[in-house]
Amino acid sequence: MSKQSVAVRKFDAVIVGAGGSGLRAAIQLSEAGLKTAVLSKVFPTRSHTVAAQGGVSASLGNSEEDHWHWHMYDTVKGSDWLGDQDAIEYMCRKAPEVVVELEHFGMPFDRTDEGKIYQRPFGGHMSNFGEKPVRRACAAADRTGHAMLHALYQRNVRANTQFFVEWMALDLIRDQSGEVLGVIALEMETGEVVAFHSKATVFATGGAGRIYYSSTNAFINTGDGLGMAARAGIALEDMEFWQFHPTGVAGAGVLITEGVRGEGGILRNSTNERFMERYAPNAKDLASRDVVSRAMVTEINEGRGCGPNKDFVLLDITHLDPATIMKRLPGIREISIQFAGIDPIKAPIPVVPTCHYQMGGVPTNYKGQVVGDDGAPVRGFYAAGEVACASVHGANRLGTNSLLDLLVFGKASGDTVIDDVRSGEIGLRDLPADFADRTLARLNRLNTQTGGASVNECRLELQRTMQKHCGVFRFKDMLVEGVAKIIEVEKAVAHTEIKDKSQVWNTARVEALELDNLVEVAKATMVSAEARKESRGAHVRDDAPDTPANPNGRDDANWHKHTLWHREGNRLSYKPVIMKPLSVETIALKTRSY
Amino acid sequence: MDDREKLNRLRWRCTRRAMLEMDLLLGEFLERLYPTLDAAQADAFVTMADMEDLELWPLVNGQREPDDPVQAEVLALLRNVRVK
Ligand SMILES: Cc1cc2nc3c(=O)[nH]c(=O)nc-3n(C[C@H](O)[C@H](O)[C@H](O)COP(=O)(O)OP(=O)(O)OC[C@H]3O[C@@H](n4cnc5c(N)ncnc54)[C@H](O)[C@@H]3O)c2cc1C
Repeated sequence: MSKQSVAVRKFDAVIVGAGGSGLRAAIQLSEAGLKTAVLSKVFPTRSHTVAAQGGVSASLGNSEEDHWHWHMYDTVKGSDWLGDQDAIEYMCRKAPEVVVELEHFGMPFDRTDEGKIYQRPFGGHMSNFGEKPVRRACAAADRTGHAMLHALYQRNVRANTQFFVEWMALDLIRDQSGEVLGVIALEMETGEVVAFHSKATVFATGGAGRIYYSSTNAFINTGDGLGMAARAGIALEDMEFWQFHPTGVAGAGVLITEGVRGEGGILRNSTNERFMERYAPNAKDLASRDVVSRAMVTEINEGRGCGPNKDFVLLDITHLDPATIMKRLPGIREISIQFAGIDPIKAPIPVVPTCHYQMGGVPTNYKGQVVGDDGAPVRGFYAAGEVACASVHGANRLGTNSLLDLLVFGKASGDTVIDDVRSGEIGLRDLPADFADRTLARLNRLNTQTGGASVNECRLELQRTMQKHCGVFRFKDMLVEGVAKIIEVEKAVAHTEIKDKSQVWNTARVEALELDNLVEVAKATMVSAEARKESRGAHVRDDAPDTPANPNGRDDANWHKHTLWHREGNRLSYKPVIMKPLSVETIALKTRSY
Repeated sequence: MDDREKLNRLRWRCTRRAMLEMDLLLGEFLERLYPTLDAAQADAFVTMADMEDLELWPLVNGQREPDDPVQAEVLALLRNVRVK
């Protein structure tokens, strides 16, 4: 393939990703009259945002008194003080506005008797700076993400957003000065490679949870935005921080809701012991996610796991009345029959802590601009949603803050693009002559590779390595070994071979290209985790335990800073956490305890 | 589109879905059972793979029954898929 064969299409803005964040950004741009293209690997309403059930947070105060400042406090604390306080203030203050706006877009929120948006309690949501639980989560039954995506999609149809469905973006286009000029993308139906040349490029590609063997994330979450950014020389921020959910079905990863333990489900080890009594005598099986996850891993590591490989524990609801299970936990029985081969009425469900959410990502400021190492915006480049690190989630995300992040920063990035276009800050700059070379070389390599590695085997090796060496509970030696292993995986990935060389609907090629992205995310995660010699939020190391000097193993003197991973040289640098909010006082460092 | 292209498109739509549950079930079905379907059943499966997950999930877990008898046949097979 030669350069000449790459067609160029011109837009004011190109958005990669049609989940909640991409669609929210697109509304701003299209309604402002900008010619906007949205690319997606799947039809927009099949994006992973659909899977979110729990809700979206906003201090509407519809059921009881609430305040954005309290929400801000909870978010800073949840982040274990690694979140940037300007971005957190911005998000929490904007929350009521964007949620009400969503309602006006047609989102069918559950309602109170007076017709207001109904709000329910959720872990970590407190009033009066951590005093007592408050009802802050807004939901549309158990289909919040689905309803949100539909409302946003309809609004985009009305605004004439142009969708490119079943297109995969492959690489960013940057010029000599570092300005971003668009993306190169592959149309699956034709195999055609096209440049989307634009004034603004917005990444909204979602998460990368498929780097782990056990993940609640759908297969689509291969971290394409992170891979593209890293290959284009953008450092990735705080990639060591991944949230794990304690109860994914062993093997399949499918999430078993916390509600199961809420209804009386008990975790047991191979001796049938209710082990949570030892780790959390009061809360027991209902202790917070990280406490339960770590207890489970400790049981497994100490040889009390179940099954032939002693690699899972059991979630037991056999003592509950079957009628209660059917009524209160609909779907759970089907899930465990289909994904664990177990009828939970008769036998306990095998579960393991499972990768759920990526806190790190492409570094941005609270306006949705991607920022370089010095904090200055990268011209023409914006990001929002799970791919971005604003950083509002810091070392640990609070439930329901992710859907909020999509709305707030999707909108903010759109608004910033509009300002930057109107002020002339960004424009349609000339494409450099070699803009497609690296992408075409990558495609050519795949087309001509012989005697290379299988994509499936490489992916499995990558996932197993991450799971074993960089899971929920981390050990020094395992991390050091993990870095070496993931570099071996990378070498194999550089030589993947696909048998199918055709153009049209070549899914083998697409999967190989996804793997190119997964491996960047895996390296960033492993290298960043090995280097951070403290425990903070979701990053918990065996050699950084709870001591009086460093409660919970957190070491602010040395590690209260953001990690930046640079692909070139597999190198790390660090930048300070922004402790100064926009208008209120700093929420000072404190031990995180609930 | 030739058969390979059609099958690959179907594979993409079965394994790049909104919910992990559906990726796993439809992916497994496609590899193991789809090749055994007759033409009408295969068409019905393609139609079902084009549904959104929150439409399809209640059918798969038995909360709803389909109107179309051929879909019901395919669904009976899909409900018995076990992913491990
Ligand atoms: C099971 C589950 C339950 C959850 N529940 C909640 C909850 O209750 N509340 C909450 O706040 N959060 C929840 N989360 C987290 C939240 O759902 C996600 O973080 C959020 O939906 C991500 O949205 P997004 O817009 O960033 O990306 P996504 O919705 O994942 O969309 C990504 C988009 O990018 C596109 N894309 C990706 N790569 C490319 C490429 N190379 N080329 C073209 N297009 C591309 C995809 O096609 C897709 O359209 C949950 C997560 C999971 C897994």
